[in-house]
Amino acid sequence: MAKEQAAAIPAQTEAIPVWRTRLAGSFTLLILIVIMAIFTIWEGTKFFNLVNFNTIAIDSSQLLLLAVGSTFVIITAGIDLSVSSTLVLSAVIAAQLMVQLSGTPAQVAAYEFPNQNVAIPIGLAAGVLTGLVCGLINGLLVTRLKMPPFIVTLGTLGVFLGIAQLLTGGTTVPNVPPAVQTDIGLRTVIGFTIAGQQIRLTPPLLIALGIAFVCAIALNRTRFGRYTYAIGSNVAAARRVGIDVERHLIKVYALCGLLAGVAGSFDLLRFGTASVGSHTDDNLAAISAAVIGGTSLFGGIGTIGGTVVGALIPAVLRNGLVIGRVPSFWQNVAIGMVLILAVYLDQRRRATEERM
Amino acid sequence: MTDGAGGARGEPILRATHINKHFGPVRALHDVAIEVFPGEVVALIGDNGAGKSTLVNVLTGVLQPDAGEIEFDGRRVSLSSPSAARALGIETVYQDLAIAPHLDAVANIFLGRERLKSGVAGGLGFLDNGKMREETEQQLGRLRVRIPNLTRRLVTLSGGQRQGVAVARAVMWASKIVFMDEPTAALGVAQTEQVLDLIKRVRDTGIPVVFISHNMPNVFEVADRIVVLRLGEVAAHLDPKTATIDDAVSAMTGSLRGMAAARSEQGG
Ligand SMILES: Nc1ncnc2c1ncn2[C@@H]1O[C@H](COP(=O)(O)OP(=O)(O)OP(=O)(O)O)[C@@H](O)[C@H]1O
Ligand SMILES: [Mg+2]
Repeated sequence: MAKEQAAAIPAQTEAIPVWRTRLAGSFTLLILIVIMAIFTIWEGTKFFNLVNFNTIAIDSSQLLLLAVGSTFVIITAGIDLSVSSTLVLSAVIAAQLMVQLSGTPAQVAAYEFPNQNVAIPIGLAAGVLTGLVCGLINGLLVTRLKMPPFIVTLGTLGVFLGIAQLLTGGTTVPNVPPAVQTDIGLRTVIGFTIAGQQIRLTPPLLIALGIAFVCAIALNRTRFGRYTYAIGSNVAAARRVGIDVERHLIKVYALCGLLAGVAGSFDLLRFGTASVGSHTDDNLAAISAAVIGGTSLFGGIGTIGGTVVGALIPAVLRNGLVIGRVPSFWQNVAIGMVLILAVYLDQRRRATEERM
Repeated sequence: MTDGAGGARGEPILRATHINKHFGPVRALHDVAIEVFPGEVVALIGDNGAGKSTLVNVLTGVLQPDAGEIEFDGRRVSLSSPSAARALGIETVYQDLAIAPHLDAVANIFLGRERLKSGVAGGLGFLDNGKMREETEQQLGRLRVRIPNLTRRLVTLSGGQRQGVAVARAVMWASKIVFMDEPTAALGVAQTEQVLDLIKRVRDTGIPVVFISHNMPNVFEVADRIVVLRLGEVAAHLDPKTATIDDAVSAMTGSLRGMAAARSEQGG
């Protein structure tokens, strides 16, 4: 068909070689590889070993979930600043419910948890559900009140965190049954040894990877994904062709909240408690990961694969700098610079490719 | 099936009467009436701000009129949304194109009416991209429209090529009537000619086309009837076989109003 393309529709296609767009599309991956190469040269096997990579992956599992949710929201040309608070509130509710259902106050205070087998799953489920509800609230406020998502989620960022603080008095939730961490969160679901190094796939890591995979398929292959791109690309056009934009946006914010809720439950799995004070910067970290991974804040552009790489870059930087004994404040400097570099390269590539 | 240029009569597919539309204090349409018959090209002309796009938007469900009736196929209808209009077989090339530039041509053509895989995968919303692509190629072949690359995101295409996708989408889906709001605005001479040919081919299948353009030679080439809007009102009906471009311009601008009116013919 390429032979005779000059009929009803103009065909002045200045072909950009495919290899060039492909190569440029993996800039972020290239940056990740370069960073890893630098650390490998610098620190040798202290950095470059499978156990360390295993640790990096487990450490990124929560950020990955937040970043995947943010990717959907940002592709619709929206933003969710509240994911960090959603995470904390979900963790707090999960933890408190777990404590209450595990036994009488006297029992849990004495570190006895007679009902923990019921309490732990219910608590984790409640955490996930809390995230979903938070996301729904964001979606409803954005669509019903027709408010900019930036403002809405800036507001709920404060509200959700405030509620978590009210529930806990601002401290870490005490007397959570340790089994949630020791028996579930740190359990090696799949373990194997490569070249004498022990790899451990824990529930948080497996769940995060599984969710990222499902989300990648949903974004790429389903109508849900297509509407997500269409709304971010041209919301008026989406309305004209009959897409129920409001309904779809509610679903997208709900999904983002749901994933933050799962990440909240991971707090219990990984650390055995819910602390109100941590995670405060996670919202910006999630947005950075998506953007480093090529998601456009203007909407219509982004992939889960890019976001996975975007979430790994700060984790690898942090890990490598810690191993290299670089003062921790440098981490922020390095991550910020990579963010700017990645987006700059991405923009340049698009400028050569697009004509808008 | 068609009775060719100018011979279109019988019952109108679309008849709108007493259409009024205000935007705040701005009177965009005042007591407008228009009829469209099978197998004809109606050109809608008028100065900038005359109300052409507003009328198209009212007749395609994008805007709700303040007052007025719309009859479609002899039945009174309320076009409460663009989807309602499309369900009736009404397709539109909007002045702003209404395409999603980050999606490719096939995705745009099927936007809002995606084909899903069969079985469980379809239930989960999995797209059947192969089928959509195949159908697009078939339909475009039937209409003899070519789009250079169906699977490239439209941002990488030229403005004219994007316009081509919007035109192709409308004619591909239309079963009753097509509205085209300045479909040739971004096109060069050759491409414009091709769109005009496409309009004639669509008309020859019996589907009427309402065509908006500021280019008078184009209008006179393709139209069977001309409706002139001025300041939100129908200022004249012209027959392109007897009227001149000067008549059209006079009617649009309101100069020599009496003369234009005298020469104009009441259509319908
Ligand atoms: N959404 C809107 N809000 C307010 N005023 C509007 C709106 N849409 C159109 N108008 C006004 O209604 C009038 C008619 O506009 P319309 O777009 O229908 O004109 P047009 O004939 O299509 O012009 P053009 O040739 O420039 O496309 C203009 O005065 C315009 O400013
Ligand atoms: Mg207009």
